[in-house]
This record gives sequence, structure tokens and C-alpha cells, in this order.
Amino acid sequence: MLTDDERREIEREVENCVNRREACVEALKVIQRSRGWVADDQLRGLSDILDMTPEELDSVATFYPLIFRRPVGRHVILICDSVSCWVMGYEDLLRHLKSSLGIGLGGTTTDGRFTFLPVACLGACDRAPAMMVDDELHTDLTREKIDDILRRYP
Amino acid sequence: MATIFIDNIPYTVKDGRNLLHACLSLGFDIPYFCWHPALHSVGACRQCAVKQFRDEKDTRGKIVMSCMTPAAEGTRISINDPDVKRFRRSVIEWLMTNHPHDCPVCDEGGECHLQDMTVMTGHDYRRFRFRKRTHRNQYLGPLVNHEMNRCIQCYRCVRFYRDYAGGRDLDVFASHNRVYFGRHADGLLQSEFSGNLVEVCPTGVFTDKTLKEHYTRKWDLQTAPTVCVHCGLGCNTISGERYGSVRRIINRYNRDVNGYFICDRGRFGYGFVNSGERIRTPLIRRSKSGEMGPVSREDALKHLEGILYFGARVIGIGSPRASLESNFSLMTLVGQEHFYAGISEQEQSLIDRIVDILSRGPAPAASLKDAEEADAVLVLGEDITNSAPRLSLSLRQAALNKPMETARKMRIPEWNDTAVRTALQGRRGPFFVAATAATKLDEIASGVLHAAPDDIARFGFSVAREVDGNAPDVLLSAEMTALAGAAADALKNAERPLVVAGMGCGSEAVIQAAAQAAWALCGTGKKARLLFIVPECNTLGLGLMTRRGIGAAVKAVAEGGGDTVIVMENDLFRRADETKVKEFFRGFKQVIVIDHVRTATTGHADVLLPSCAFAESQGTYVSSEGRAQRSFKVCMPEGDMRESWRWITDMAEIAGRPEGKTWRNIDHVVKALAGLMPVFAGIEHAAPQAGFRMTGLRIPRQPHRASGRAAISANVNVHEPKPPVDSDSAFSFSMEGYEGMPPPELIQRYWSPGWNSVQALNKFQEEVAGPLRGGDPGVRLLQPGPLEVPAYFREIPPSFRQREDSWLLVPLYHIFGSEELSVFSPVIAGISPEPYIGIGDQDMKRLGVNEGDAVAVTLPGYSRVFPVKKTAGLPEGIAGMPAGLPSAGWTGLPAWAGIVKKVLHKEEDRHA
Amino acid sequence: MAERPLTGDIRPGVMPDISAYESAGGYEALRKAVSGMSPEDVRKAVTDSNLRGRGGAGFPTGQKWSFVPPGEAASLQKYFIVNADEMEPGTFKDRLLLECNPHQVIEGAILGAYAIGAGRAYIFLRWEYRLAERRLREAMAEAMEKNYLGKNILGSGFSLELRIHTSAGRYICGEETALLNAMEGRRAIPRAKPPFPQVCGLWGRPTIVNNTETAANIPPIIRNGPSWFHGLSLTEDAGTKLYGVSGRVKRPGVWELPMGTTIRELLEGHAGGMREEYRFRGVIPGGASTDFLVEEHLDVKMDYGSVQKAGSRLGTGMMIILDDRTCPVGMVHSIIRFMARESCGWCTPCREGLPWLEKILNALETGDGRPSDIELLEEHTRLLGPGNTYCALAPGAVEPLQSGLRFFREDFERHIREKRCPWR
Ligand SMILES: Cc1cc2nc3c(=O)[nH]c(=O)nc-3n(C[C@H](O)[C@H](O)[C@H](O)COP(=O)(O)O)c2cc1C
Ligand code: SF4
Ligand code: FES
Repeated sequence: MLTDDERREIEREVENCVNRREACVEALKVIQRSRGWVADDQLRGLSDILDMTPEELDSVATFYPLIFRRPVGRHVILICDSVSCWVMGYEDLLRHLKSSLGIGLGGTTTDGRFTFLPVACLGACDRAPAMMVDDELHTDLTREKIDDILRRYP
Repeated sequence: MATIFIDNIPYTVKDGRNLLHACLSLGFDIPYFCWHPALHSVGACRQCAVKQFRDEKDTRGKIVMSCMTPAAEGTRISINDPDVKRFRRSVIEWLMTNHPHDCPVCDEGGECHLQDMTVMTGHDYRRFRFRKRTHRNQYLGPLVNHEMNRCIQCYRCVRFYRDYAGGRDLDVFASHNRVYFGRHADGLLQSEFSGNLVEVCPTGVFTDKTLKEHYTRKWDLQTAPTVCVHCGLGCNTISGERYGSVRRIINRYNRDVNGYFICDRGRFGYGFVNSGERIRTPLIRRSKSGEMGPVSREDALKHLEGILYFGARVIGIGSPRASLESNFSLMTLVGQEHFYAGISEQEQSLIDRIVDILSRGPAPAASLKDAEEADAVLVLGEDITNSAPRLSLSLRQAALNKPMETARKMRIPEWNDTAVRTALQGRRGPFFVAATAATKLDEIASGVLHAAPDDIARFGFSVAREVDGNAPDVLLSAEMTALAGAAADALKNAERPLVVAGMGCGSEAVIQAAAQAAWALCGTGKKARLLFIVPECNTLGLGLMTRRGIGAAVKAVAEGGGDTVIVMENDLFRRADETKVKEFFRGFKQVIVIDHVRTATTGHADVLLPSCAFAESQGTYVSSEGRAQRSFKVCMPEGDMRESWRWITDMAEIAGRPEGKTWRNIDHVVKALAGLMPVFAGIEHAAPQAGFRMTGLRIPRQPHRASGRAAISANVNVHEPKPPVDSDSAFSFSMEGYEGMPPPELIQRYWSPGWNSVQALNKFQEEVAGPLRGGDPGVRLLQPGPLEVPAYFREIPPSFRQREDSWLLVPLYHIFGSEELSVFSPVIAGISPEPYIGIGDQDMKRLGVNEGDAVAVTLPGYSRVFPVKKTAGLPEGIAGMPAGLPSAGWTGLPAWAGIVKKVLHKEEDRHA
Repeated sequence: MAERPLTGDIRPGVMPDISAYESAGGYEALRKAVSGMSPEDVRKAVTDSNLRGRGGAGFPTGQKWSFVPPGEAASLQKYFIVNADEMEPGTFKDRLLLECNPHQVIEGAILGAYAIGAGRAYIFLRWEYRLAERRLREAMAEAMEKNYLGKNILGSGFSLELRIHTSAGRYICGEETALLNAMEGRRAIPRAKPPFPQVCGLWGRPTIVNNTETAANIPPIIRNGPSWFHGLSLTEDAGTKLYGVSGRVKRPGVWELPMGTTIRELLEGHAGGMREEYRFRGVIPGGASTDFLVEEHLDVKMDYGSVQKAGSRLGTGMMIILDDRTCPVGMVHSIIRFMARESCGWCTPCREGLPWLEKILNALETGDGRPSDIELLEEHTRLLGPGNTYCALAPGAVEPLQSGLRFFREDFERHIREKRCPWR
């Protein structure tokens, strides 16, 4: 179930909404911020607050790639696989990340450090290739730069 | 009317239609998936594409979706344009990229809309050479099977389940080509209408799990039109049989009644026909204490000769779940003065009141269609979802009628479903519910009252008073007065107001209050309608036949005694107190029971005669609307089973009555009844008679592809056995006969060239979603009487007073459990509740009990221990108990009962 | 240097604040509008300016606003939404405005809301724009403090509540009707049109959705007038435009330039030309869902009409360059893979057709192509065309494929002939 803090934050969100359902994406993100992902149990907890059934919530949650319905690592790497980054060498970086993380896209490292996902164009095409780790954007990537970046996330 | 041009030929179509609807109605074949005549258009599947041209000079045109394009005056389209044919074929090709090639093992095979559309578009060659995506399936309970790989993402399931039926536990998950339709987690689908998914789904994702248990292809099923026997609404169904067992039930379209949908009780409750509780041979008790022994039909009749001697005092007890014909034959045998309806005293008084009100007018009885078209609704004292489930579905649509004005103002056509729902934003029209406890319809109500039956009546009377100041005044709480005022305003402002009440809460006053409200509205010039929910499939028919229930029978026996009682298709232990019934039976030398399932009553029989369930019998039932509808036998009864009226005709012969000789088929009974009782005059026209033929041919119950008929007994004899002859109807028990479209009452299956799925129904309608060709089946027996408003009821019950030491125990209804016959189906029994005592939040505190604790319930002559279940909405001082559960015994609710917390022995031990 | 009303005051590395914005004339337009202009005046100014939507479709903004129903419906709650979803691959122009000139976007939203009589406005922002969200929130707080937002703005009687909705991914959310569903807490499936959002939008109420760049253009139009706006442009389509270039060029980036600047000028002038050892082969001129143009088109003016005449669309005005060392099939594959993944799953051609295309292109790239594949690809570019699908995602998705097959057919055929990608 949800913590009091989560509840409070969600209720605050709801207050500003035309109706409770409107808050659902934000509420899912609240949960995800504190726990990394959204488990069935929290979905049911949220269902009470928002007056949506677990089905209705999950229907929205699973629509979005950035709501995680499965556990993720401590850090989430979102690598842009869209066209500008592709032109600028995405495939090579993908190979590099796969081999240095030991996982493919969608995977989580065995030590639970990273989850590795593709993401839509990050709007950083002038600094391609690009990726995000958690909230941070990294651009003009090279193999070396990636090694460097990964080291910064324990 | 508008003129549109289809491939350059002008056609006249009705205003306000979309092109798909219009073209299908004109008889064109345009393939479609996401569109459904009741669910309207969303434009998702892109299958219904046609080419539209700006004008005569435009030769290029553009592809449009016919379901999303208005059939406006002057519209020019082509269905046969090569581009658009190519596009339609591609849609199937796309769907087939992921659709499994499992038709041979798919339950939908042979009646699959996807198969039909694939053939229709001409897609026949696979170019997709990659892997298909796969899904895992879910367990959705014992009724509906789930096979997600077959999904073609037409979104119909969720649109029906959620948008149309108000269910909230089925949804669509994920996105792009991974979209998944199911529940959040495995488990029983919560909607009472989940079974319609089987028909709504155009492929084999959702299929009938009960059919799977004894699977038969559509072309091997012998089918006939039947009328549902599981409540008083009289939904039309088609039942399918093979090798003597009923395999499934599907919806049979009747625009005035159930339209496209039925409830799960009606669809899945048929198992009683095949159940082990069936009585299959006549049984006779040799001596009063002796065992029952099977005898042949001849011996049984011989035995009856000794009982039905001239001068024997015989009374007959009919049944609200038996046909008019069976009831009437019993009445004829024993004489009108010795015939009793055999329903409880309370039921009798309620149905009498309903019959009076409906026959008198001015407010006529509403059909389900009328209900669906109502634009303001007042419900008094019924948990409709559980007592008359299909009606709740109609009312859910009715709640959208008023808000639809918003959409109309935005010039959104009604068929543009997503747009309409966006415009409506979940708004619901005026809808007021007063019930003893929370009901599922509360969620769509604009006002809800939970109160004791007497207070519900007072509320109804108060609405009447608010509408018409001449109606008697009622003093209510400020809150209730406000609600009554709001309801009255809404009803007055409506074009088609509807008041729903019924026998559910056991209160005559509630019925009167409903009538009062409707009458008051009629007095203001409104076309108000009344809909009274009655519990059984022929309650109203029986109510029109006799006014004497079990009370009168008991009294008659006590006064004059009797030699023999014939109880027909009725378990009297569901009608009165156990000791009373037993005593009643002791009053007779002989108890003859005719029934098809074993009940407490059959246990008291000296002569037990096996009758037929609906599937093996033909008969007429009168629905709550007063509509007489004929149900036909799907198969011949086995062995010595006979329809009740046939047993009785045999008895008539023994007793030397003329009917014994003259009633050779059911038409003779119908004719006699229609001739004798004017109210039933119409029933002769409820369906074509036995002699009816199409071009000289009977109508075949088997499709002309019925396979292996000669092979069934080939190991014994290669000659085909002679099919039995049906003397009662125009149907044959074979595949020979008229292959065209039968008259509407005799539609035994939906099929048309190229249309093997249920969607072939389109071809049977005058206009898609309109009346059946030749009119919708059934004859309304109750014509509205004089139009002036009768004198108002002035006797208004005092308001409910909570008692210190006892509780008003009211019945609580369950779609699965409360109805007698469906519970004999193991699958239904498995999802019926165990007996419990429902108590509200406050009262649980007062009693010091928690959910699951045991309480002892005492009523006069009745004392049992049940677990407590928290029941939302029950007002203080009122407790509830599930109605009709076989294991709980008869209680005759509502009644005052003692309820005390009961510490069970085990627990006592633990505490010691 | 030509006037740059959208970005002229952006100083690299300097955090924009309200006083800087004000001293450059910021919120003057708002002051002018609420004190002396009726909503009709504002609508008229925008209509006269001939501002066309910068979200991709180029629909005239003033005309869009005029569909908001007058009369009785005018008293309804209405909404003004700034579309800052910006998920079109190759597009990063709105990000610049959101991060570096948030006040102008906000002022645009206020003016838009004023013009249509909306009491509530939203900025629909993609989640990944974290910095933009921070700066927008700061700017909104500043604007609140100065009563540019909130109740009774500048004593005019006009009130506006502005809120940010951050998305959770999915390209389709940028489609204006899918966006509305997303905001209502529903699956972001597009809605059928008609009814258009201007009549029946968010919560069933009249709603305007405008692109971020469109919104940012409103304050200068109000401040300086329509004819000034016309004067900014080199062509019929008025104003300036944010143009960008990405790919193997020397100086990828985004610039505000007069509408109608040529591709050559952008590529060779602003982006510095191709990098050493790379040669130009083609360009996708306006975000991933527009058709390729090639060498012969380099002098095409980047305005709505000219690009269309050349066989593509201005789209977002953000160019992606294909060089001679990059596989055109791979590039198209990347786009189709993106589009197949981002399909909402509602209509059949897009949901099932794009993944099929993706699989075929993948087969080509991995040496499993077959001669009949080209025909299948071509057929799909027609089958997924406008009108055949529920929204514009799929028709846009197949544009680069369609023109790729035209301009780089030999490359496709080589993949099949040689059973491998020649660039690997
Ligand atoms: C698939 C798809 C994605 C879109 N994404 C965006 C977007 O991210 N930002 C945007 O402004 N418009 C986007 N649009 C265009 C919008 O639907 C809409 O036309 C635009 O926001 C209107 O603004 P404008 O009139 O100011 O151009 C998208 C359209 C489609 C079909
Ligand atoms: S084209 Fe169809 S499936 Fe694709 S995004 Fe639009 S509506 Fe969804
Ligand atoms: S039936 Fe018209 S688009 Fe599905």
C-alpha cells in the first residue's frame, strides 16, 4: 500500500485537477519516484484514492513507456534510438552499452544497478547521440564518454 | 430521408445514419469489425472503407470509413472501387499477420465474423513471413474463456463491457501491437453481462466456457427459438442442443425486448436441463411410507386411473415457471374453482395489484425498449441488476438519453460513439433509485435513497404528490422531500418518464406508490410508463389466469379436505413455511407432482411424473411487459418425459374429460385458452401454428450442413433413423426443410450466405438494429385502459420505525443464487453466494459483530445461524438475507426477525 | 542581423528571469491586450498576422481560434493548451524556447487564453524535458507574483490558472486529440474529428491546442502588429521560424531565421556544411515524418508552400541530414521502428502495418531481404496514406519510406541483391 507521504502528495495533485482521474499519470509518477516502479499493490492503493479500478489505472499505466510496472535498477538508462542519434552512431553505442552492462535493452543488471531502455528522440539531436540516466541528459556520446558516465552512477 | 448514390445507383436511406449502417440495411455487404449496431462507430478497425466522391465529376475520390461518414443527402460512394477493395483486403491481411491459424481448434470456427470477413474481402494468400506476437491468457471465471492470441483489437469487448454495460474490471492494456484485453489479474468477470462478450467478440478470444465443456460446432447444433425462463423479462434466446443435452444459449434479437444482449443468468443458467437432478422416469410410491419406484408411462397412467376416479376431490396447483398451456390444462382438468397459482400469499397479493394497475391504465407497461428510451427514470424498491438483470442494461442506456442533448447541440451524430462520450463526459440523465440496500445502479443515479420498504413507498407517494398536488400528501424528512422534489421535477420535464418497481421488496405499498407517481405524470399529460419486475418467467401470465395462491389452497383444504393434489412444476417449499407445506400435503391421500427437477416438493410426491424443461417443451410465457411469447422445443424429450400439459391431457382422458381426446397438439390448448379467457385472446398470434409451412416445407432445426447424421448409429445400422415428428410446431427435427428466412417468431439460427456468425442477424432485420422482418415476436396482452387517471391511493403506510429487539429482515437478490432453476446448473451454483445475514455498518457496531461472525436469526417457526456480511446501504434497523438460496429455506421476507450474535462452540472451547 | 522575436534575447548560459524578459518588452503585449484590446481584437491581430501553426501541420492559428463557438457556448469553461510534447524525431526547437525563453511561452499562453476566453491553460510537457519544467515552474511563479497569471490579471477582470502536465512518454501524446485524452487521465488515443477540439475538446469543452513556438509568436504579434510580422518573412508565410539541422554537419543546431530561408543557406551557412569526409545525400526537412529531399532541392525555400511543392512538408522545420556514409535503408528503418513502437494501437493499418514494415526493413538490413519486399514496402506507403488511418501518425511515418524508395531505390535493391547492408 501507499505511504502517508505518497498519499499526501497525490492528494495535493488531485486538488488542482478538474477530476480525480486527471491526476493519475502524476500519481503514478509520485509512486515511481519514491519506489522506482509501480507494483500491483500500489496500483490497488492508488485505485482507492483516484476512484479508478486497478484495471483503469493499469490501462493507462501500461500505455506509457516511462511508467514502470516491473522492478527497475537503481538507475535507469534511457538511450535515444531515434533517427538523428541513429545517424550519429547509436548502433555502435548500443553495442558498447550492451557489452559493458552485460544486458540488452529492457534488461536490468544482475547487481541491480542499471535498467537499460530505449527512449524516443530526446530532443537533443544537435548534440546526438544522447541518453538520459535518471533525470540527467548526456549528449555527444562516445564510447569513452559512456564509460565515464556509467562510473558516476553507483 | 436522403438519397445517396452507391456505385452510381441512387438509394433512399433514413436520415441520421452513417454509411455503413445505411448500406448494410440496404443489403450490401461491407465488412466491418469495430462497428456494432448497438455500440455504434469508432472508426478503429478501418475495415469498412468505401470510396467517397465529391460529385459526379470526381473520378478519383478518397477512401473514407463508411461507419464514420454520414449518409447525407447526395453522398456518392463506391463499394466496388478497386482501390477500396484492395484496402479492405489489406486490413484483413494486417489482422492476419498476428492471428493464429487455429480455426480447427477454435470454438468460434464456423461462426466466426473474422472468417466471414476474410472470405468477403478475398484475402487468401499469406505474405507476412515473420513471427507472430503471442500473449498469455487469463482465467476469467467459469463462464467466459479467454484466448488473447486470437485478438484482432477491434476494441468491441471493452466498449461493450465498460461503455455499454458499465463494467469496470475489463480493460485494454499496453499499446501499439501489444495491446491486450483482459483483467488486471486473473479472476471472475464481475459484470452480469460478461457472456455477451462471446457474441460481441468477432473472433475466438472470448468464448462460452460452458459450451467448451461439451463442445459442438454451430453446424452440428440443433437449435430453436426459446424464451428465457430465469426471470420475468422474457428475453428471447436461441438454445442449441446435441445428443439430448443443451449445449449453449445465445441471444435472440427482439428489438422490443432484449435487443442484442442477455444477462449471464440467461446465457449460462441452462445447465439444469442436463443436470443430475432431472426426473427422467415416472415414479410411484407403493404404500404411504414406502420407497418410490420407477414405472413405465403406461403403468403410471394406469396407476392414476385409481386416483383420478369420478368424484375424487382433486385440486391443482399451477406454477409461475410453467407455460400458460400447462397451467391452463391443469386448470381445465381440476376445474377453475380447484385451481391455484401456488405462489406465496404475499406474491399473490403483489401480482394481483400489478395486474390491476397494468390492466387499468392510463400508464401502460413499458417494454425493455421503452425503458431504454426513457429520459427520466424512477426506481422504487428493486435491485434491478439482480432481480431483472437485462433491464439494468436498458436503464444504463436510458441514463444517457437526456445528456445526449449536449452532443446534439454540438452536432455530433449519435452514432459517433467516442465523440458522444467525450461530449457527455460521463454525465447521466435524471435517474433516481430508492432501494433497501445499495444497488449497482446507484453509481449512475442522480439521486439515491436507501430505506425500508414502507419509506420507499412513502417516497414514491411523495413524488406523486410533488407532480400533482391532488395526490395525498406525505410527511417526509427534509432530505427525502428534497429528493422527491428533484425526482418529480426531472420526471415532469422528461418526454418519456418511466417508473420501475416490482415484487422484489415484498411491498404492495411500493407498487401502489409507483403507480401513483406514473398516474400523476399521466395526469399532467406525460406519456409515463410503468415497469413492474416480476420474479418468474410466467408470473404475470399466471397472475392473469387466477388470483388464488397457496394461501387459498391451504384454506380450501383446511375447510373441505381433498383426495388428491396435483402440483405442477412448482416447489411449494419456496412458497411457504416448511411445516405449513408439509401439513398441506398431509391433507391429501395422494400427492401427484409433475416436474423436471428434484425439489423438496418432489420428495413428497406419491406419484412423480417427469415433465420437460423449456428445451424440450413448447409453450407461451407472459413477460413483465404483458407480452405473450412462444418458446419452442429444441429437442424431443427423452424416454417418458412429457410436457406437463401432455401428462395432464392424459389424465384428462383417464378422468373422462373431453379435452383428453381433443387436445392433440398445443395449438388446441392455446385455442381453448384464448377462447375461454378474453385476456389471452392474443396468444394465438404469438407465433405461427403447427400447421404453418414455408413453401410447403417445415423449418429445420438442424442446419443443412448437419454432419454425420447417418453416421451416428452406423455401427448398428447404416439406415438413417427417422427423425421424430413435432406435432406442435412448424419445426422439423432434421435438416430438411425451408432454407430461407423463417417468420420472426421462428428464427432458429442466424445464417445468411457469407455470414456464418451471429452478425448474420443484420439480414433478418428490416433495417439494421431495427425491427425484425415481419415484426418483433410477441403479442402484448395488456392494452392500456381508459386514459383518465384513476382515484389515487390514499392509504399510505406509516414510516418505518426501528425496533429495539428485532430487525426488519429484507430480501437481498443475487443474479446467481436467487433464482430457482439456474442454481441447478453446477456452474451457477459454484458462483452463487452461501447464505449470510447482511448488516449495515452502524448496526454491526450495535450488534457487536464483525464480518464473518455468526448470528442466530429467528423468525416465527424459523431459526438458523448464518455468518454476517457487511452490506452497504442497509439503513439502521434493517438487515438483509439473500433471497431464494435453496440452503437457507423459506423465510417469507420482509419480516421482523430476532438477530443475536452467536458464539460458536469451537470458539467457546478456545476461550475456555 | 534580422529581427529574432523568439530568441533574440536569449543569452547562452544566462538563466532567463522575469526582469530581463520585461526589460526586453516582455509582458507588454499582455498589458496592451488586457487593458485596451478585446478578445476579438487579439483574435483579429493573430488572424491578420497570418501566423501558421508551428506544430507541423501549419494550420492558420487565427482561423483555428475562430472555430471556438461564440454565443451561448461562449460562457462555457474553455481551455488553452500549449503543446510542448516535442517528440518528433529530429526536432528540438521547442526545447530551446522552453528552457531559455519560458516567459514568452507563458505570455503566449495567457494571450491565447484571453483571446478565446479560457479560464484555464495548460502546458503539456514531455517528461524528459526536466530543465524546461524547472524553468517553466520558476517563471510561472514569477508571473504569478506579478499578477500576469492568477486572479484578475493586472486588474482587468480576466483570470487564468496555468498548469503544467508532464507526460510519461509516447509520441502520440503530441497529436492534439490524443493529448486531450492523456490530460484527462485516459489512454492517449486520438479522437475522431469532427468534432474538433475547438468545439468539443478537453472535458468535452472548447479547447485550443497550439504548439510552443506558435504560442511564443503571439506576444510579439500583439506588441508589434500583424504587418510587422509579415515583414519578418522572406515569403508569403509570415514571421520567423525556428530551423534546425542535425546529422553529420559541422555545426548542428537551431536558429531563428526569416521564414523562407533556403535549405542550402541552413545547411551550408548556419550548420557550417557537411563534416569532413562526409557528403550530402539527402535531407528530411521537417522532422522524421516528412519526405526526403535531395541535392536538387537545396535551393528550396523552407516555407509551407515551397517545401510542399518540392514534394515534402515543412513540418517542424527541423532538418535531418543523410550523408553518403550512412545507409538510407537503415535511416528509414530507424524511423519506422520508432513509429511502429509509438503507434497507439487503435487503428489496424498503423498498429499492424508499421511493425510489418519494420520487420521487412530489418530483414533487408540483416541480409534476409527478398525481391518482393520492395513491392510490399511501396504498397504500404500508399495503404498507410492520409485518410486510411485514424490519425496522422502512420501517414507521416511512411513519408520518408516513400521518398526513400524513390530517391535511394538502388540502395534498397542492393541490400536484397547482396543479401547484406553494404554500409556495415
Ligand atoms: C503523431 C503526431 C505527433 C505530434 N506531436 C506534436 C508535438 O509534439 N508538438 C506539437 O506541437 N504538435 C504535434 N503534433 C501536431 C498536433 O497534432 C497539432 O497539430 C499541433 O499541436 C497544433 O499546433 P499548431 O496549430 O500551433 O501547429 C503531432 C501530430 C501528430 C499526428
Ligand atoms: S494512425 Fe491509428 S494506431 Fe497509429 S497512432 Fe494514429 S490512431 Fe493510433
Ligand atoms: S467498422 Fe468502420 S472502422 Fe471499424
